Amino acid sequence: MDFLLDAQAMTDFLSTSLRLSIPIIFAAVGGVISERSGVFNIALEGCILGGAFGAAVGAYLTGTPFGGLFFGLAVASFAGIILAALAVGLAINQLVAGIAINILMIGLTSYLARLILGADATSTLPGFSPIAIPLLSSIPILGKVLFTQDLLTYLMYLLVPLTWWVIYRTPWGLNLRAIGDYPVAADSAGISVSRVRLYAVLISCAMAGLGGCYLVLSQVFVFTENMSAGKGFIALAALILGRWNPIGALLACLFFGMSDALQLRLQFGSPDVPYQLFSMVPYIASFLALVIFAGKVRPPAAIGIKYERGGK
Amino acid sequence: MLTAIRYFYLLRPIWAVLIALFVGSGLILIAGVSPITAYVELFKGAFLDYWGLAGTLVKTSPILLAGLAVILPLRAGLLNIGAEGQIYMGGLFSAMAALLLPEMSALILVPICVLAGALGGGLWGLIPGYLKAYHGMNEVILTILLNFIAINIVSYVAGGPMMQEGAPYPYSEEIRQELWLPWIMNGTDAHAGVIVGVALAMVMFFVLKYSTIGFALDTIGKNATAAQYAGVPVKPYIVGVMFAAGALGGLAGTFEVLGLKYRLYHHFSPGYGFDGIVVAFLASVNPLIAPIAAFFLSGLKAGALVMQRAVGLESTVIEAIQGLVIIFVAASLGFKYNATKWSQFLLRRRKLDAEVGDTFAKTPKGDE
Repeated sequence: MDFLLDAQAMTDFLSTSLRLSIPIIFAAVGGVISERSGVFNIALEGCILGGAFGAAVGAYLTGTPFGGLFFGLAVASFAGIILAALAVGLAINQLVAGIAINILMIGLTSYLARLILGADATSTLPGFSPIAIPLLSSIPILGKVLFTQDLLTYLMYLLVPLTWWVIYRTPWGLNLRAIGDYPVAADSAGISVSRVRLYAVLISCAMAGLGGCYLVLSQVFVFTENMSAGKGFIALAALILGRWNPIGALLACLFFGMSDALQLRLQFGSPDVPYQLFSMVPYIASFLALVIFAGKVRPPAAIGIKYERGGK
Repeated sequence: MLTAIRYFYLLRPIWAVLIALFVGSGLILIAGVSPITAYVELFKGAFLDYWGLAGTLVKTSPILLAGLAVILPLRAGLLNIGAEGQIYMGGLFSAMAALLLPEMSALILVPICVLAGALGGGLWGLIPGYLKAYHGMNEVILTILLNFIAINIVSYVAGGPMMQEGAPYPYSEEIRQELWLPWIMNGTDAHAGVIVGVALAMVMFFVLKYSTIGFALDTIGKNATAAQYAGVPVKPYIVGVMFAAGALGGLAGTFEVLGLKYRLYHHFSPGYGFDGIVVAFLASVNPLIAPIAAFFLSGLKAGALVMQRAVGLESTVIEAIQGLVIIFVAASLGFKYNATKWSQFLLRRRKLDAEVGDTFAKTPKGDE
């Protein structure tokens, strides 16, 4: 743990933590919106993957990261439309719908990536480069970690408080929470349950898609098959741990990001120990955190339950 | 007529599969390959050829058992996404029993290995079962996280303590040949795992249909509070059913190790646990249909490789089509048969036909 004392090593550690957290933060905060409306969004994983795929294809075809961002959001929203159609429109089990989307996204993105990117799959794609914010970036350690970042990171800084404000301080957010807790009452008050849930699912999937865009456009600049690698599920754990609150989810994601950065550092620090022992750390951390801290949580009351007018 | 419509509804997973294959042919067309040729090669390679059929049966064993591991808790309303992790733990425990226990007669050791595998998977199902029953935690997220942990544990064991010396990538020593499962088709890899799977599916069907256990599970699935009130010990049932499901997943992993791989490899299951979820829904949560669904799905996977060789189409297209299959099957579950609605509709039609027949003798028309 001696790296914590050295400023340079500390900066590296914190920026790795942040870098590893950002895709999960996008997904978890998006997940909060959909779960607050009563829709369990297990498709976050597929949305991250779809976003990453779209970002790669968009950046490849248009040659700019903004094209990538646009395509990434489009693919993730497409997944959102399917989820909304199945879980809200047809009222089938939300978990089943989500799993179906995850399986579809893995197959579809692998296949189409091979078709579209083909031999260029390993070449570096255009991405966002870091922009240092004047003044703020000159703060020791934190300035370099937090304010010498790329566009998507700054977007995340904006989206998290914005989501909090929308959920807790706007009429739409009140409707959203009401629907997640007691849809019958919300319906009697004249709020369209299915419409709010539709928007919530779409926003949620698009935000998870941003996480995928970040992976491709700001982190690795290539698309690899199944590159979301369970981040969407960690995001689900994070939002439960964050008590279905965007700020709480943010903190939980930072915790997971740090445990991930720590295990990477341990991997490099002890090359003679098989690395798999360390790579399970984030999952064990999520699992233990859930078991220890999430015992007394109160999820949105109507989560996972389909709403039918006049139903039971 | 009403019965015909009811059967049409009952068969809706089949219509869903057909629609998915049709939409999937669009994906094949993008690659510039004729979908008909591709599908013909696929199904020929999967079902109509001795070696192909054996390849399909090899995959049917884990996929069917994983499907049963999903179906059983689903009857009680629990979604077991953890079959993948249970497969890994089953493989790990059975490989450890086979490699680490002192030498003894295969007649004793094989059952021990199989039970060890079932126990390993069972424990991996017991953990989320207990946390669900007694702490009200969401079993979906727990089982997903346990999958990743199990996969990493197996990678660690196969790449660390149990790794064969000088192996190029993580795998263990080979298991002695006396412990291997018997083959069921001469000269192929098809092993007895699939027969055990089908037998267990039958057993499960009868237990769920004719015993109080099945009734209790269905009651818990419909309304846990009512089940509790009726005297069903809901919490022990949840723990027990998750243990049993885990044991089924563990058996899938055991048979992979003892029947096919003969070593503990890292990443030895390419997502069979998730295929189990697809099987459960294809089979409409019915253990009797599960073998057919698992056979079909394995055929898609085994045939995909043949198709790739024959027409040069990326075999990943099958994963995409598999995704479409589950999307459409899931969507088809949303259309429920409503006897009243249909009988009213038929009545209206008949009345309309009669009226139209009266006015324009012998010119039947549709509804206007």
